[in-house]
Amino acid sequence: MRDVAIIGIGHTKFGRASKTSLELFSEAALQAVDDAGVDLKDIEALFQGAALPGFEEGQVTPAAFSAAELNLGEGSIPATRYEGACASASIAIREAAEWIASGQCDMVMAGGVEKALLMGTLFATRIFAMACHAPTEGPAGLTFPGVFAMAARRYSKNYDISMDKLREQMALVSVKNHKHGALNPLAQFYKKMGDLKVEEVINSKLVADPLTVLDCCPFSDGAAAIVLCAAEEARKYTDDPVYILGTGQGSGGALSKMKDLTKPDSRIKSARMAFKHAGLSPSDIDVLELHDCFTIAELIALESMGFFGWGEAAEATADGQTESGGKIPVNMSGGLIGKGHPIGATGASQVYWIVKQMRGEAAKGNQIDPVPEYGMTDTLGGDFGTLCHIILGRGK
Amino acid sequence: MMTTKKVIGKEQEEIEKEYREYTVLSLAEYEEGLRNGKLLGLRCASCGGITCHPMPVCQWCGGRILARVELCGAGELTTFTVIRVPSEGFEEEAPYIPCLVKTKEGPCVVGRLDYDTESATQELIGKQVKMSGTHTCKGDKFSDGAHTCPVFKIQE
Repeated sequence: MRDVAIIGIGHTKFGRASKTSLELFSEAALQAVDDAGVDLKDIEALFQGAALPGFEEGQVTPAAFSAAELNLGEGSIPATRYEGACASASIAIREAAEWIASGQCDMVMAGGVEKALLMGTLFATRIFAMACHAPTEGPAGLTFPGVFAMAARRYSKNYDISMDKLREQMALVSVKNHKHGALNPLAQFYKKMGDLKVEEVINSKLVADPLTVLDCCPFSDGAAAIVLCAAEEARKYTDDPVYILGTGQGSGGALSKMKDLTKPDSRIKSARMAFKHAGLSPSDIDVLELHDCFTIAELIALESMGFFGWGEAAEATADGQTESGGKIPVNMSGGLIGKGHPIGATGASQVYWIVKQMRGEAAKGNQIDPVPEYGMTDTLGGDFGTLCHIILGRGK
Repeated sequence: MMTTKKVIGKEQEEIEKEYREYTVLSLAEYEEGLRNGKLLGLRCASCGGITCHPMPVCQWCGGRILARVELCGAGELTTFTVIRVPSEGFEEEAPYIPCLVKTKEGPCVVGRLDYDTESATQELIGKQVKMSGTHTCKGDKFSDGAHTCPVFKIQE
């Protein structure tokens, strides 16, 4: 198997878009080929994450239309939509890397797109809930915030942290991620909520007890794309390739089948697969973009990946260990909470921001110093249904 | 001169005879059980574990030999939330309480908790509950019709 490198990246502004999904993805794709210094005709296959395009724009097979409109590979190349709910782009990138590694292709594009903001909260909540187990969780009326609210209550119970205390600790995740989102010109909340207070998070509107609206990421429109090629070719195109050192993927089932909502097997196994593949461990990782769809989700993710012991991530966050300069800086892009969460694009956005960190090109206040050697992404789709991890490095 | 070519392939009757379905307890039967006040599941012949909701193989060991069984409907409240911002189609119901219950027989089930939403606090977790009825969601154009889940009540 060959090593794989990322040589070009693209990312639209996240938030409310007047463009169509096809246009949004094209923007990111064109940025990515320009960044790589390659031609659209050099792309041999497209791997596109898109979670709910049928419900957003009445569009299926979006990848085929994207490839056609961009005339990728001069037409008629394999172009496939990947759907793993909010992890769609990550599994698309993982699959793209496999195609390069196997020798099937020499240069491909991966990424994702979503247009969820135009649907409004009621309808978006409905279609996002489609990633819950429809037969059992559907009639119970579970929503995504509802699932993570249930996990937050379990976290409080498991680790004997009072709900008042946990709400403060969760709020600190929102405060941190909004601080960095406000500094990120591509973020949905750029220049907004950069000095959010814990009390504001706790006192904002309850969505699903105990989570408030400021414990939740927003609905968003946006796209991100990357160009991948065989590692041995990467320096022909760029002086600063970023290598995919390891990937992992895991799947979960209905909530009722989970042993513990705070210890999702799917995430534990996926992260371990990625670390094993890369030959690295959590202590090697310098920067992390993880799936903070809700504040509690960041804590659960940190523990499941092995960055902190069970029940220790809340205190560690309060202690600043996930901030710039801490043990492991987390979501320096603003994360889903501060940057926005166009679900089909999120995994590619996470990779984009790790690459930016490795080039020293993240925004001032978000760039970590020194430039990281190793970075990692964590993306979660559904209620722990699809998990994907990607470990990136500046060297092979 | 034309020769008659022999028709090859398998006899239709044989294909029909060989066709087999594996579902021991369907979702429709499970939901009908709920509406009749029964929480139905599957007992595994290999490990003795109980699977609920119905799945194609044992949820504990993957065993293939399963038989229908009725659960007692009692268990412990694992967790819950109060939904205040609902999905489209649930506007009239909000606020309401989805919950996760660990049944006496072992498996967890998702349902609704019959409790005052404004006094539902963390202290409820760990309390004994019993299935007290069902909740049926009529479904929308994105679902395959109505679906039913169990409703649980706290045992004081």
